[in-house]
Amino acid sequence: MTGRLRFLRSTSGALGAGIVVFVVLVALFGRYFAPHDPSAPIGVPLSDASSDAWLGTDFLGRDVFSRLLYGGRSVILIALAATLLAYAVGLGIGLMAGYSRSFVDPLLMRSVDVLLAFPPLLLLLILITGAGTSVAVLIIGVAIIQAPAISRIVRTATQVEAVRAYVEAAIARGERPLAILGREVMPNILAPVLVDSGLRFTFSILIIASVNFLGLGLQPPSPDWALMISENREYISVNSLAVLAPAAMIALLTIGINLTGDGIARSLGRSYVPRTSRTVIE
Amino acid sequence: MSAIAPPSAVVRVDGLTLALHTGEPVVEDVSFSLGAGEILGLVGESGSGKTTTALALLGYTRPGVTWRSGTVEVGGEQVRERDERSLRSLRGRVVSYVPQDPGGALNPSLRVGDAILDVLRAHRSGEGSPELVHAALDRVELGGDAGFPRRYPHQLSGGQQQRVTIAMACVCEPPVAVLDEPTTGLDVLTQDRILFELDRLRNEQGMAMVYVSHDLAVVARMADRIVVMYAGRVVENAPAADVIERPRHPYTRALVAAIPDFRTPRSLRGIPGVSVGVGEWPKGCAFAPRCEHAAVLCEEAVPVLADAAPGHAVRCCRTHEISAPERAESTLRSRPVAPETAPLLEVTELEARYRSGRSARPAVVDVSFAIPPGRCVALVGESGSGKTTVGRCIAGLHRPSSGSILFAGNWLIADAAARPLDVRRRIQIVFQNPFESLNPRHQVRSSIARPLRVLRRLSRRDADAAVGDLLERVRLPKRVAERFPVELSGGERQRVAIARALAAEPDLLICDEVTSALDVSVQAAVLELLQELQRELGLSMLFITHNLGVVACVADSVLVMDQGSLVESGPVAQVLEHPQHEYTRRLLSAAPTLADVAAGA
Repeated sequence: MTGRLRFLRSTSGALGAGIVVFVVLVALFGRYFAPHDPSAPIGVPLSDASSDAWLGTDFLGRDVFSRLLYGGRSVILIALAATLLAYAVGLGIGLMAGYSRSFVDPLLMRSVDVLLAFPPLLLLLILITGAGTSVAVLIIGVAIIQAPAISRIVRTATQVEAVRAYVEAAIARGERPLAILGREVMPNILAPVLVDSGLRFTFSILIIASVNFLGLGLQPPSPDWALMISENREYISVNSLAVLAPAAMIALLTIGINLTGDGIARSLGRSYVPRTSRTVIE
Repeated sequence: MSAIAPPSAVVRVDGLTLALHTGEPVVEDVSFSLGAGEILGLVGESGSGKTTTALALLGYTRPGVTWRSGTVEVGGEQVRERDERSLRSLRGRVVSYVPQDPGGALNPSLRVGDAILDVLRAHRSGEGSPELVHAALDRVELGGDAGFPRRYPHQLSGGQQQRVTIAMACVCEPPVAVLDEPTTGLDVLTQDRILFELDRLRNEQGMAMVYVSHDLAVVARMADRIVVMYAGRVVENAPAADVIERPRHPYTRALVAAIPDFRTPRSLRGIPGVSVGVGEWPKGCAFAPRCEHAAVLCEEAVPVLADAAPGHAVRCCRTHEISAPERAESTLRSRPVAPETAPLLEVTELEARYRSGRSARPAVVDVSFAIPPGRCVALVGESGSGKTTVGRCIAGLHRPSSGSILFAGNWLIADAAARPLDVRRRIQIVFQNPFESLNPRHQVRSSIARPLRVLRRLSRRDADAAVGDLLERVRLPKRVAERFPVELSGGERQRVAIARALAAEPDLLICDEVTSALDVSVQAAVLELLQELQRELGLSMLFITHNLGVVACVADSVLVMDQGSLVESGPVAQVLEHPQHEYTRRLLSAAPTLADVAAGA
């Protein structure tokens, strides 16, 4: 294992990557192995685990295990799309602000500060109230929440690189700013950005899960881990697995991504220690 | 071992061997001793084990390094086999330490006076009065200002910070101090001051000092005895004057020959090859692969350290067979310039500022000079003198606030990006720090090919083909093209940076302190290369440096800058031998040279 996969050598990197791969596989392909229709009742509501329903049934009598196998794809794909969009915006703003030595930097950064001043969940709720509930709104909303922090990290990393002699050598060659950013700066800031991206992804998942839990994201009866927790939480004492199983999947994914990030950070050998992802309720 | 320690010795190191956990020795069989009031210079290139040896005097080994054998006795006390607690009582009281980087060594949140008090309290229970702090600061001539102990390290200059660490090292009046490159990174005038203080402390307190440095010229001025280390072993141990004037070991000879010196100018010779790292020591003499006198015998067994003359120990099996080299003396260059030749570069009344917050601080004030074609002009000054800013203005990296720059008879546009392609191609710059001048994410091939593609519009295939030739031109093997910068040494990186500049086929090469981050032997090799390139290609050079010795070996004429203005200029021989301006004279008298061998040591 050399080069890019070096992080797998550390315990946390290997363990984290294993967990992430497992959860993602379950979320993307688990549905093809589901024993039942996730939307059809198969028996008495809130029955205990049995040989037919491995994790029991939920409050409408649907099979929890089948819903679990179906319920991961939406949250992971939406979170992924939102994180990618956030990176496209955040990288652009951060690179421009970090490299510019004119008014562009303060202009961009103060605008970003305004966005950072809003509690993330509140921002998303306002957006949903205004634009209604849809997958697109969810993706854009989460991207708006994520982009400011990304742009700050990228800006700081860019500022460090922008004064290096190899960047100055490129300036002295008269190269265009875009060429310099792409060729000289980007490859060098990629490491901290990569480490950070795992945490961003986790955070996206948590936000989307929270919105779904609050009933403002995906609507029933679609099977979704967060929605499952929300729907069954009142009956946790009757069939606790209906709440704990989807909660465990979200927790596993979060922990796995964090461990992978740690492993990558360590393998880069830099003193770059990512801060833990912010909790949704802050 | 060979040099039998006199009974009065305050430091005795005997057969010291330190090794990594894996068993590879870092330092092997090191022995020396010194008496009260003596200064021992510990000299070697990076990786030679000199700092590891020095730190062992404080009972400190870096993580991963263990004490294999040998003893160290400091001030009559054994250092080895002590627990942390008794080592703490030893450090500061019996042996103290002055670090290389005072900015990093002083606690930024501790006032200077409190930092010194801490040392006192640790060793003299309860006895830590402001008077003692004042006395300590007075010893390093910082006692004049009553408010000084209340200042924080960041409010001090680099020289003042270093004097504070020296005051901390001396406050308990220990018999021995270990100084680890205490003046590296300081300006010549500041260095001169610190060396003066150290010498006074030695005389007044009778303190013995172990002075670790890679700079043989500084050591020559301070030390009574010099121990030269190579690959973890002592290769020569002799009185300072003998080491400088009659070096016996081929390595020491090469080292002395590599030091640029403006008093006794000679053509420099770099040491071929690179120094061996820990764990790659050959079976025999570690220097043999780079030694011009190496014989079969040298590769078979490690030579023993034996007296070649009374008090002069050498680790070389051919000491008596090889004769002293002839000194390649040369004179300062003074090639007259034909008056009718138009200068390649003409700078007139250049002014530049640096913005700090709202205000703009002048960095360059009314600087005018010219560089004739094919000549090397050196720009000399201390840090903050504005010399680098002049170079950056010419390279198009800094916008001058007024004045004009003419290049080949045409006005030079301030911004590099706005300059015509041909002008950008003809002016190239090589930067100071070899660790920053190459993009760590690009292979050497890609770094060198870039100017070929951008400035000479070569196709990808032609550019790639030209890279190999450029590498050979800077005396690097072609296979270096496939390497990343991390895989190269500092000297190799600087060669690649030079190749990158040469790729553009420039007329003017701006060299900004290109050798200041390199070991002396590597510096010599790079300077040698630049001189050859200048001859072969007819390059004009602006050589920015703080090192007067370097000036003497590469430049035709010199410009001396102080606080943004030119204070003196002229042919090298004239300026170095008959300086007119007061500042130039101070600079010259402060610069250490090999001629400074501690008088009457």
